[in-house]
Amino acid sequence: MKMRNNASRYKSDNDMKVVGKSVEKIDSLSLSTGGARFYNDFHFPDEGYVKFLYSPHAHAKILSIDASKAKSLNGVIDILHYGNVPRILHTTAGQGYPEPSPYDAVMFDSTMRFVGDRVAAVFAETPEIAEEAISKIKVDYEVLPALFDFEKAIEKNAPIIHPENDKKYLIPAYYEPQRNIVAKVEINIGNLEKGLEESDFTFDEIFYTHYGSHAMIEPHGVVTYLDENNRLTIITATQVPFHVRRICAHVLQIPIKKIHVIKPRIGGGFGGKQEVFLEYIAGLFTLRTGKPAKIVFTRKEVFRSSRTRNPVRTRIKSGLKKDGTIHALSLDALMNTGAYGSHGLTVLSNVGSKALPLINKAPHQSFKGISVYTNLPIGGAYRGYGATQSYFALGQMMDIMARKIGIDLLEFYKENTIKSGESSPIFEKLGEGREGVKMSIKSCGLEECIDAGAKEIGWYSKRGKGIKNGTRVHGVGMACMMQGSGIPKVDMGAAYMKMNEDGSFNLQIGATDLGTGSDTVLGQIAAETVGVDIEDILVKSSDTDFTPFDVGAYASSTTYISGEAVRKCAFKIKEQILNIAAEMSKQPVESLKINDKKVIWDNGSINLGDICTYAMYQENQFQIQATASNISQVSPPPFSAHFVEVEIDTETGDLKVIKYVAAVDCGMAINPKLAEGQIEGSVLNGISWALTEEYRFNKKGAMLNADFGRYKLFTAADIPEMKTILIPTDEPTGPYGAKSVGEVAINGPAPAIANAIYDAIGIRFHSLPITVEKIFQELPYSDFIMTYK
Amino acid sequence: MKINLTINGKSRTLEIHPSETLLETLRNNGFNGVKFGCGTGDCGACVILLNGEPVNSCQILTAAVEAESITTIEGIGSMDKPHPIQEELVKAGAIQCGYCTPGIVLSAYALLKSNLNPSIDEIKNGIDSHLCRCTGYVKIIEGIKNAAERMSSSPKHCFGNKSQ
Repeated sequence: MKMRNNASRYKSDNDMKVVGKSVEKIDSLSLSTGGARFYNDFHFPDEGYVKFLYSPHAHAKILSIDASKAKSLNGVIDILHYGNVPRILHTTAGQGYPEPSPYDAVMFDSTMRFVGDRVAAVFAETPEIAEEAISKIKVDYEVLPALFDFEKAIEKNAPIIHPENDKKYLIPAYYEPQRNIVAKVEINIGNLEKGLEESDFTFDEIFYTHYGSHAMIEPHGVVTYLDENNRLTIITATQVPFHVRRICAHVLQIPIKKIHVIKPRIGGGFGGKQEVFLEYIAGLFTLRTGKPAKIVFTRKEVFRSSRTRNPVRTRIKSGLKKDGTIHALSLDALMNTGAYGSHGLTVLSNVGSKALPLINKAPHQSFKGISVYTNLPIGGAYRGYGATQSYFALGQMMDIMARKIGIDLLEFYKENTIKSGESSPIFEKLGEGREGVKMSIKSCGLEECIDAGAKEIGWYSKRGKGIKNGTRVHGVGMACMMQGSGIPKVDMGAAYMKMNEDGSFNLQIGATDLGTGSDTVLGQIAAETVGVDIEDILVKSSDTDFTPFDVGAYASSTTYISGEAVRKCAFKIKEQILNIAAEMSKQPVESLKINDKKVIWDNGSINLGDICTYAMYQENQFQIQATASNISQVSPPPFSAHFVEVEIDTETGDLKVIKYVAAVDCGMAINPKLAEGQIEGSVLNGISWALTEEYRFNKKGAMLNADFGRYKLFTAADIPEMKTILIPTDEPTGPYGAKSVGEVAINGPAPAIANAIYDAIGIRFHSLPITVEKIFQELPYSDFIMTYK
Repeated sequence: MKINLTINGKSRTLEIHPSETLLETLRNNGFNGVKFGCGTGDCGACVILLNGEPVNSCQILTAAVEAESITTIEGIGSMDKPHPIQEELVKAGAIQCGYCTPGIVLSAYALLKSNLNPSIDEIKNGIDSHLCRCTGYVKIIEGIKNAAERMSSSPKHCFGNKSQ
């Protein structure tokens, strides 16, 4: 039973029976019948409700708070504000410990740093009473000058958002809050200036990406209560239950053992529910009053006061040789983290680290980045995590360069991108908030992705053809991208498994299914490894009392990191089963195999259930059980090539996305249908963000369109024809050859569509979103349209 | 105040506050499948059928629907006896987080009740008042299409007697 370090070991015995199959998502029937429970479906007879008072000012000092009228209202149980809670610095980032984000937040502060910063919280018997009490809290503010333009954040006379001198990182990191600098990163490979000088053509462009809301349909929320032993139980919509426990223990100043976190079904997260900023407030009310406390965010609160995608200005420079090789490439990023620095260092790092290695052949590369505070909503983790921002720049720069020397964009990508067996010095120099790891690519299906996508979109029959349909003109564009699979040497997942007398197994994992289907995928890995059906695996996840640790659902880590923990664990279970079967059957263990819920040998078999029953009741009794942990030394990137066809009305600027093709190498897709679902969801989120979603602020920094009526998400009637192509590769370090798939595809739509728009009308858009109004305004400057007419 | 309603075929008398929305009333009375997503009638997570028509329950005052008939997701199918729409959405891989699913099932139900042979565009329009952030709608549309095909062979069994 010796394991070889090669994915092919899995296939040598027999073909895959569960892995690689689109088994039904194990929680989908209960979700579709409405029975599955989300945090807000847990009700307690004496629960109270929390509502917040938010700052109407972008930057202000609270001079006084008078909550006496609110407190005296019938039905008000308790009120919290800076005057009655301890000032415990922390970061809400929901990352591993010590977090690579600055400790710059407290539960309630006397300084307000954006419109939507919280002033106070009321705990009352009904939500209506809580709302009424909120309106009765009297606050005197001293309004301070506010900083809205992140490009002016480090200017000399800019307002300082965090002047307090006790704010700091727990890790060694550059932090200069006195100049609004949250993080600074710089790495150099070769010599950029020399590289640009040696190039035949040089390019220098600036691109802007904008705010975005995760817009998960279930708003953030939590319910807390004391269990019969007076432990604080937290049922919460989170991607990171174990980080919730640790951060709440810190902020509430109680031991970890006093807290039990349960993640029920979660209505989507996309990074937004990695933040830990509500649990400790409900928890504190429960600790102070003994009563269950519930917070249900409104949609307006989700938009204004939860987290967003960090806006980034990216200056991209490149040097190109006549023969089409990229000789120098640099990204210079300025990132707006908003009022607090959650993820301000790591998202910034990923702007460089997830994009530059794709163009690994350029000997001269550089990445410079600065994250700055402003008096605007807080940035944070969002699917794509910096890569989405940088690919808007890189994807267009590739198109610009290919057009300059008249080379086909597909060939240009193939010549300049990383291949299997190759490496990039960036991998080692730039990690997430620290140095990265040395690694070489062991699986890369990017060329196949490019070929398959080009065929599906009809690249060569449409590219540059200016196909017309009345006043509407067509264009096609494409872009390539990569991501990672977990954070190497940091992300850890663990699994526990035990066997039952009917041959079923409990699989308990800290990994967090936020709607992605990871419970199913991890169950498939367990089933395949042991040799049973998915129905025989009972998956329970994300309960800090009953499941082992896992960092949670972020950084595209679950299938790759936690999946390998499950595979190792299930392999141990299989060994135990075979050893008992050998004892029972008197057969040599090497001659035994598990098949069809039995251990079989040449001329006999034993039911799995009988083996467990034997182990429990007969001889040398013990529980067949195992546990395993997993970290990875590397983070193999999934690769993807996206193609899009657009149609633009040359009179009105109206843009229609006609067809979108995403070809993705995610290694082995453990569940192809769920993998496709991840890609399709990412793609539409990316399209919608690139074209219609937009935070609009008034002059005071308040978001004006904090509802779905005015923050426009694509609906079913808006979608283009969408085609997803999975290009299988075999990643030897991943479970059954798997890499990640959760994030990579959100990086494609913005650059691919921008390139398609250029193909149609010859206008290059440097900032998002590319609205119909912006296209309309640019139409008079289109040389292409003149030609068409 | 008291109000009489028919919910999933059963007559109910409920104690409500005059300013209560139908979403609040239903959730307060154990119909957890009705979801809150936005409160402005823009996302469709709270969709129920009112006299057979899909409506956003967050936009309706309960006091205004005296004696009317309501169908929630709980009235469409169950784990033991799921409706073909629910089964086909499961098979198509259309359910990720599942928060938008109950509302979409109800809109699909209303659509297919009036048209068992919908075009793809008709399906898209039928669920256009729903937001889903997980799926890109691709597999939802596929699941509803498959459900329509399956149901067209025995439509009687698919639109039950629960007052929809």
